[in-house]
Amino acid sequence: EQEYHRDTLLLIFEAEYRRFALKRNGPGGFQEFYHLLQTIHRIPGVDVLLGYADIHGDLLPINNDDNFHKAVSSANPLLRIIITKREDEPVVFATNSLQRRKKGLGLTGLRTTGSSSTHQKNRPGLLIGSPQDFRQISSIIDVDILPETHRRVRLHKHGTHKPLGFYIRDGVSVRVTPQGVEKVPGVFISRLVRGGLAESTGLLGVNDEILEVNGIDVAGKSLDQVTDMMVANSHNLIVTVKPANQRNNVMHRGSKMSAGNTSMRSAGSTGSAPSHDSPSPASQSNPITASNSVAEGDSEDEDEDGDLIIENDSLPPYVSHHVTNGNNSNHNKDSPSRRPDSSTMVRPLPQSVSMPNSVGASLSNSPLAMSNHNGSPTHTASSSQESMREDGNIITL
Amino acid sequence: MKCIKHIIGLIYDKGLYSIFIYFEVGLWTSACPAVQRGDTTTGGVCRWSHTDITVCSGGKEDAFKGKVDREIYLNLFFYIANVPFSLVYFCLFQTVEHGFPHQPSALAFDPKLQLMAIGTKSGAIKIYGAPGVEFTGLHKDTTAVTQMHFLPGQGRLLSLLDDNTIHLWELVAGPPREVGGVKREGMVCLQEVCSYSLPGRPGIESCSATRVTVLLLLRSCELLCVGTEGGGVYFLDLPRLSLKDGQTLLQDQVTQSLPEDYRCGKSLGPVESLQEHPQQPGKILIGYSRGLVVLWDLSTRHANHLFLGKQQLESLVWERSGNSFVSSHSDGGYSVWAVASGNPYTHQPVSSSIPYGPFPCKAINKILWRTAQSGSPVLLYSGGMPRASYGDRHCLTIQQDKEHVTLDFTSRVIDFFTTSVLSLLLVEFDDPSALVVLLEEELVVIDLQTPGWPSLPTPYLAPLHSSAITCSCHVSNVPPKLWERLVNAGKAQQGHWPICGGKNMAPLPKQQELLLTGHEDGTVRFWDASGVALTPIYKLSTASVFHTDCDPSDDPQDPSNDPDAQQEEEWPPFRKVGCFDPYSDDPRLGIQKISLCKYSNKLVVAGTAGQVIVLGLSDERSDHLVDVSVVDLLQDREGFTWKGHDRLEPRLKPAPFPPGFQPLVLVQCLPPASVTAVTLHAEWNLIAFGTSHGFGLFDYHRRNAVLARCTLHPNDSLAMEGPLSRVKSLKKSLRQSFRRIRKSRVSGKKRAISTPTSKEANAALAEQEEVAPVQRRIEPRSADDSLSGVVRCLCFADTFLRDGTHHGPTLWAGTNSGSVYAYALEVPGVGLGRVCERSGAGEGSACAEAVLGKEIQLMHRAPVVSICVLDGRGKPLPDPYEASRDLATAPDMTNAHSVLIASEEQLKVFSLPKVSAKTKFKLTAHEGCRVRKVAMVVFSSTAQEDYSEHTLVCLTNLGDMHLFSIPGLRPQVRYDCIRKEDISGIASCVFTKNGQGFYLISPSEYERFSLSAKVLTEPLCSIHLDRPDGPAAQPQANGTHKNQTSQAEGGSGYTHAHTHTHTHTHAHVCFVIFLIFFLPPRLSFLSSPLLFFSSCYFS
Repeated sequence: EQEYHRDTLLLIFEAEYRRFALKRNGPGGFQEFYHLLQTIHRIPGVDVLLGYADIHGDLLPINNDDNFHKAVSSANPLLRIIITKREDEPVVFATNSLQRRKKGLGLTGLRTTGSSSTHQKNRPGLLIGSPQDFRQISSIIDVDILPETHRRVRLHKHGTHKPLGFYIRDGVSVRVTPQGVEKVPGVFISRLVRGGLAESTGLLGVNDEILEVNGIDVAGKSLDQVTDMMVANSHNLIVTVKPANQRNNVMHRGSKMSAGNTSMRSAGSTGSAPSHDSPSPASQSNPITASNSVAEGDSEDEDEDGDLIIENDSLPPYVSHHVTNGNNSNHNKDSPSRRPDSSTMVRPLPQSVSMPNSVGASLSNSPLAMSNHNGSPTHTASSSQESMREDGNIITL
Repeated sequence: MKCIKHIIGLIYDKGLYSIFIYFEVGLWTSACPAVQRGDTTTGGVCRWSHTDITVCSGGKEDAFKGKVDREIYLNLFFYIANVPFSLVYFCLFQTVEHGFPHQPSALAFDPKLQLMAIGTKSGAIKIYGAPGVEFTGLHKDTTAVTQMHFLPGQGRLLSLLDDNTIHLWELVAGPPREVGGVKREGMVCLQEVCSYSLPGRPGIESCSATRVTVLLLLRSCELLCVGTEGGGVYFLDLPRLSLKDGQTLLQDQVTQSLPEDYRCGKSLGPVESLQEHPQQPGKILIGYSRGLVVLWDLSTRHANHLFLGKQQLESLVWERSGNSFVSSHSDGGYSVWAVASGNPYTHQPVSSSIPYGPFPCKAINKILWRTAQSGSPVLLYSGGMPRASYGDRHCLTIQQDKEHVTLDFTSRVIDFFTTSVLSLLLVEFDDPSALVVLLEEELVVIDLQTPGWPSLPTPYLAPLHSSAITCSCHVSNVPPKLWERLVNAGKAQQGHWPICGGKNMAPLPKQQELLLTGHEDGTVRFWDASGVALTPIYKLSTASVFHTDCDPSDDPQDPSNDPDAQQEEEWPPFRKVGCFDPYSDDPRLGIQKISLCKYSNKLVVAGTAGQVIVLGLSDERSDHLVDVSVVDLLQDREGFTWKGHDRLEPRLKPAPFPPGFQPLVLVQCLPPASVTAVTLHAEWNLIAFGTSHGFGLFDYHRRNAVLARCTLHPNDSLAMEGPLSRVKSLKKSLRQSFRRIRKSRVSGKKRAISTPTSKEANAALAEQEEVAPVQRRIEPRSADDSLSGVVRCLCFADTFLRDGTHHGPTLWAGTNSGSVYAYALEVPGVGLGRVCERSGAGEGSACAEAVLGKEIQLMHRAPVVSICVLDGRGKPLPDPYEASRDLATAPDMTNAHSVLIASEEQLKVFSLPKVSAKTKFKLTAHEGCRVRKVAMVVFSSTAQEDYSEHTLVCLTNLGDMHLFSIPGLRPQVRYDCIRKEDISGIASCVFTKNGQGFYLISPSEYERFSLSAKVLTEPLCSIHLDRPDGPAAQPQANGTHKNQTSQAEGGSGYTHAHTHTHTHTHAHVCFVIFLIFFLPPRLSFLSSPLLFFSSCYFS
């Protein structure tokens, strides 16, 4: 058993520095660690936010088991932890924010940026919201079964008030067939609303051709039909697009991230792609499980979460049933009459950070952690559902 | 063969059949190697087109390739007869069109066969005889039919189109076919035999000289005279339609024989009229536009007589004796000319008059002169009105002696003719019995034998749109008692209908069906929809409940009242005729929703200004005051002001109500927005109604409001603006209509693209690219979308809402934003789980109560289209009274109920009383279409008499029908039914309970369709034809237009192998098209009307 020493950089209130050692395999969960810090700094009961600096110098949050483990694993061997009182203005985690902090802490960039989580390398000024706002908003799925020129994007509308924020239009798509180049009607993204969900993912762009909506091929469908399909699936929208800009395409696993390489590939693939273009129909029945990327549960289940049923207790129960019904009404007293979606209610917030490209790649290095993370909320959700069904007062489906 | 579960459907479209078979595993392929199996390893639905079906019939394997029609169906029956549990349910037939043809343009009458033909601007020809006798044909081109002429007695018809082509149509039996060793005659249909178009004269660029102006068919039916714009008369041989070379009479020939002073170097103008001499065949009267009339002898090719008229000619008509004729002119006058032998020139008419002079008058377009045995001749003419004062009226004048009536129509006169009772062989007098006038919007028939010339009610061709149809409702299986009372109330005069050709062979309908249409003027019309002819039964006006500016009490349906009203000292003596009146006095009177309880004879009618009227049937006239009750649906919500119309003012004095449905209670919603949903439960004496603001529950027995619930969302601003306002909505509708135009343009091009030849497609696409692209926003529905509070559907059900052991009355309401409210009702007299007799006086004082039981918010927030409670067996609950009077099987109350909620996007079945989702089908997510209409339909098996299944029928915004099993929501079949561009057609669609349906194909016509293989309503008729020599030409492969074929087969059904071996060598063969309902012993288990067989007898 090796022992590693770590520093704790304390910034509580007017800064307090502590340095202590922990066993790498012994830190337990996030809560344990949180309490440990509170004890060490003698601030029990004070709500604090934890952050750490990773190898790139980015200030990242620690607020659940997963990113705690991630933080621990990234320590070599020192792990700097920054503790902030929660009542303060929310800490903005961003690229190179640690460096900035060192220069002029609290002077710049501390304003909240809503729930925007866009992360772009070449724009260092861009800010990331506070950790409690983090939530998965999109994912690229089915990378291994789709042609390289295609991208299947899942937009998580759940729990956000942000608009999806995109428009589609009719257009002309060029296909390469054995007979030659052929023009066929297609549906394209025509506009992205600034600050909308679609734009903030960075995975969809203007003039991307829409090939499938939730596993259903849109070929031959009118713009209105595609619109209706998308609206009907809007709370869990999976669109397969052929990006207009093929350079930013996600590479297959193992392929190196190199700009030159990428452009070579896309140039080669645009010509040959279309004839064997159509995504596999298998994705229709089970679009998620085959993916190696982040996904939360089956879409069908998630959909079932939707309908909200409110039962009225003031219904005069029948005399014969008064006793059994009495229990129920008691239960119901403490449950709010109109609940939000069960997922938001049950799932611990915040969940996780989804980072495109560089960070995403590093995230996928720890598939165990991710799957672990994915598993737990759905479990809790379903179990709580079960219990609520038994209650019979509020049922979420 | 055990693999086949059942055949679930059949599509008949454009002569092709597609068959849907549901099976468990793919064993079927061993019998049918050509069939594509698809992904059916676990069972499923497979669609085959006819070409790849191989069917075993009677042990012998027949491969059907190429043109296949109903035989394949038959053979499937053979096949399936061997298969246990085989059930045939579905098919799609567009069976018959009800109502008045849209935009009629030509009229013809066959006095021998007593058939009438109407041609339309879209190139359709419809032939009508006695009620139930109908044939339809459709020209290849959608060009207006300008003229039509029957070849009397032959079942042939000539049509002249706007593109200068002449077409010959025939009622023909299809070619006989060999099926399963049995010879059968084909079906009878109206078929185009040949066509002809006059060539333009060489050297003259425009062919206007040979543009046909008039056609004359000689009585011998062997020659067709064609008058043209250039003044020439051409002669065509019939029935081959070939030009007789060298016979053409050009204008020069006529001009030569004219006196110098008349000639004066001018052209005679186009031929305006051609009339054959009534007594001397081979002599025709040719009238030229300039006024010259020539009596021409065809055999000697010489002008017998010249009438040197000076007034511009409009039409000519012979007097029966042939001694004189009448000409009508553009100045509004007519002249009588005597045909005297001797002097070949006549300069002046015998008499001349301008009936509506002396001021300038409009032209008399057509004139008829009919002699009568009883007295002086009857003169009928259209037009001739004084230009300044009545130039805009559409009039037709009937004159006989002193009697003079100017019929004043609301739409343009297209054409008219008279009918006679006597056979044409008695030649002394015309003796017109009725005048038939085709107007642009209706058909009016005047009885000329009854003094006063009253109008006759039409048994079909009724103008459905006399006031715009605002809603419709179908009631099937009407109890005979109610039927009788309705008919009495309507006191429809059964005057002898003058057009009685053909024989209706359709069996008497098993049950009486009512179609109720609500109209913009506040009337509800009851139609007999049991058969092919949609006959008006009774008209109910709700306007008399209210105090309106103009009193709409006059009843145009009652012609006996008319003569009193029309005695005015006015000249011309106008008389309003016809019931087409598109101008509503008050749009608030418009009917929006109708609900009828056929057992208790209670009717609920709801309208545009939030009025809900409960009516009861009474056989006596009654004067009473209607109770008025106001229900505030806003429920003290703050911050809303209604900017729409006011509510209707109820009449304060007792009003006289004629026998029929008489109002009992009037409930007025506040704000007075249009009623969007209504339902009636006569057993509980409750009505529920909804508007864009909320819904209410009313006990009409005790006259008290039970419940009012506001469904408005706080952000909903649009709901407050009534339908009559306003800038915003106008802008919105403009935007929408532009969008629609653009959309249709785009979709039209898309269709062009679907053809694989890519050059054109590419060109079209390149063109399309230039059009500014239409954008669509992708956003989930939010709670504050406009009009989210609109109540879309309401439903009463006796079910389990509180717990799983006690059921009771419930009310369900669904809104535009995906909310469903379920109320438990406390109805006095209706005990827990059982219905008590309402005789107890003590209970009469108790009031109904409603308690909110559950609220369901569908997450996708799509409008709730329909709610239906299913019993323990998964069947929809029966209608009120049906269970208690043993008219339907009692619902299963022992097993758990469930509720089916259909939104625009999904179908979902929830369990009750714990509302949890059981099954669902996400239609929009899969198909990209949205649900517009939903109905629960009972489909009976054609194979097993007593077996039937409940099925959910969905009509989507793309005009297709999706059928789902209940409660499993398994998709069964999909049919394309209505064009997706036909928005009003989709909106007007109404289903019957047994799988038929109606939708408007024009403002005045319902298309009737059938989804059930068992229940079909289609014309079955026979006509005796007297046709010289057989079919004129081999039927060309033309015009197998959808309408044409579907109608044509309606004309016959199946031909049966009752064949008399026969030869006909005589020139005249009596050609009888005859239909028999025949079931061969092997097929005796089939009682489908699909399987009629007809045969041709040749004697």
